[in-house]
Amino acid sequence: MRDVAIIGIGMTKFGEIWEKSFRDLVAEAGAEAIHDAGIEGAEIDAMYIGGMSTGRFIGQEHLGPLAIEVAGLEELHIPSTRIEASGASGGVALHQAYLAVASEAYDIVVVGGAEKMTDVIEMEATEILSSVADREWEAFFGATFPSLYAMMARYHMHKHGTTNEQMAKVAVKNHANATLNPKAQFRREISVEAVLNSPMVAEPLHVLDCSPMTDGAAAVVLAPMEKAKDYCDKPIKIIASEQASDTLSLHGRKRFDSIPASMEAANKAYKKAGIKPSDIDVAEVHDCFTIAEIMAIEDLGFVKKGEGGKAMDDGLTELKGEIPVNTSGGLKARGHPIGATGIAQANEIVLQLRQEAGERQVKDARIGLIHNVGGAGGTAVVHILEEI
Amino acid sequence: MGVPRYWREIPQRYNLIGKKCGVCGKIYFPPRSICPQCRRKSIGKMEDYKLKGTGVVESYTIIHTPPPEFEGKEPYAIAIVKMDEGCCVTGEIIDCDFSEIHIGMKVKACFRRIQEDGERGIIYYGYKFKKSEED
Repeated sequence: MRDVAIIGIGMTKFGEIWEKSFRDLVAEAGAEAIHDAGIEGAEIDAMYIGGMSTGRFIGQEHLGPLAIEVAGLEELHIPSTRIEASGASGGVALHQAYLAVASEAYDIVVVGGAEKMTDVIEMEATEILSSVADREWEAFFGATFPSLYAMMARYHMHKHGTTNEQMAKVAVKNHANATLNPKAQFRREISVEAVLNSPMVAEPLHVLDCSPMTDGAAAVVLAPMEKAKDYCDKPIKIIASEQASDTLSLHGRKRFDSIPASMEAANKAYKKAGIKPSDIDVAEVHDCFTIAEIMAIEDLGFVKKGEGGKAMDDGLTELKGEIPVNTSGGLKARGHPIGATGIAQANEIVLQLRQEAGERQVKDARIGLIHNVGGAGGTAVVHILEEI
Repeated sequence: MGVPRYWREIPQRYNLIGKKCGVCGKIYFPPRSICPQCRRKSIGKMEDYKLKGTGVVESYTIIHTPPPEFEGKEPYAIAIVKMDEGCCVTGEIIDCDFSEIHIGMKVKACFRRIQEDGERGIIYYGYKFKKSEED
């Protein structure tokens, strides 16, 4: 296996983008990444695109050729593949693209992710999101997607003493970071009180504990490390790309205060990269709900299991903290167009490692981690990137 | 939902018929066709097994934002229940105040209406859980 680098990034503004279609978003993010990488269309060997439920959100499947057509590359007939892994669709697409380049099957690969969630009404979106849970044995009985994380939150509170205030601090931090990100959906600060006083979705999770419905797309361009310098001055090396699985249902797990697939993917990634959690300078983690970020910083080894809540009180993961987490605003405030999220996370870490993150730049960030989860933890992907 | 999709799950959803691995004896619900511990040795040896229906709440939530099929029913309680046989099941907790629900609460399964396919479609039934007298 050879070394692989990210040589280009692109991303649309995230939000309720009523004036743009799914295709418009894919074209915009893809064109930006290709321009950033300085490649020609004819150099692209393959494309991958992550999308969670475009069939339900916009009635459109078969995203591979859609991406090729909007990019104007149909006459090259290059392979283009859609990847679905719920919220981890983007991360799994990046993993597949990494394997393709590392294995020398392809040289230049464009990886995108996109979702258009606001073309349906909110209740329909809630129903669509239930499809990432176990339809027959969870959703059939009335469980919603947020309700699964709510049960993890309740269990975490019971077992480790985590509080509603500590969870709210995740949302407060991520909103504060998003004020510094021009592409974020919510560029305004919120208070702990605002989170705790917002309407309940599934107790103990309030609406401001939840990531929003978002439209958006993101893309990155991969190349073999040995060729990366020919294209860009600051290639960012992928030093680990690991994916792990678990049961589709939450009730099938042995524990409810953790995402075991996250621990597995992270442990393999640290081993592959030859580093420890304390070597990470900046991380984008999958905060689909506030409790998810608390579990993530534990599962990724930044703190011990059960101490994620306390880490929020201590400011460990704030922009000026020891390990800044979700400098982009995270899923909570940058926004969560489901299929795009894993690639948007990669955009942020590349910006940080290039020292191009502007006002939210983590000083001298050299090693960054990306953590992307599908469903209630049935899929987890961890990438570790390094500035060479 | 098409009728066969509902009809084929009736034994499990009406009577909590799970599976017992004929090799190691472990009990599974929802039913599985392969035991994750015995894997290939268990193929063809998974036997039907009716759960007693009693268990303990592992975690729970009160849902305030329902999907369309459950609109108007909110708020309602959903829990993961660890059955006495060792497997965990997701279902609604009924017939008690939300304030009574707690982790460790003893519950027993009962047969109830779950949802319906619009005003004219079939009615779907299955299990829910209520507080056990032992709690």
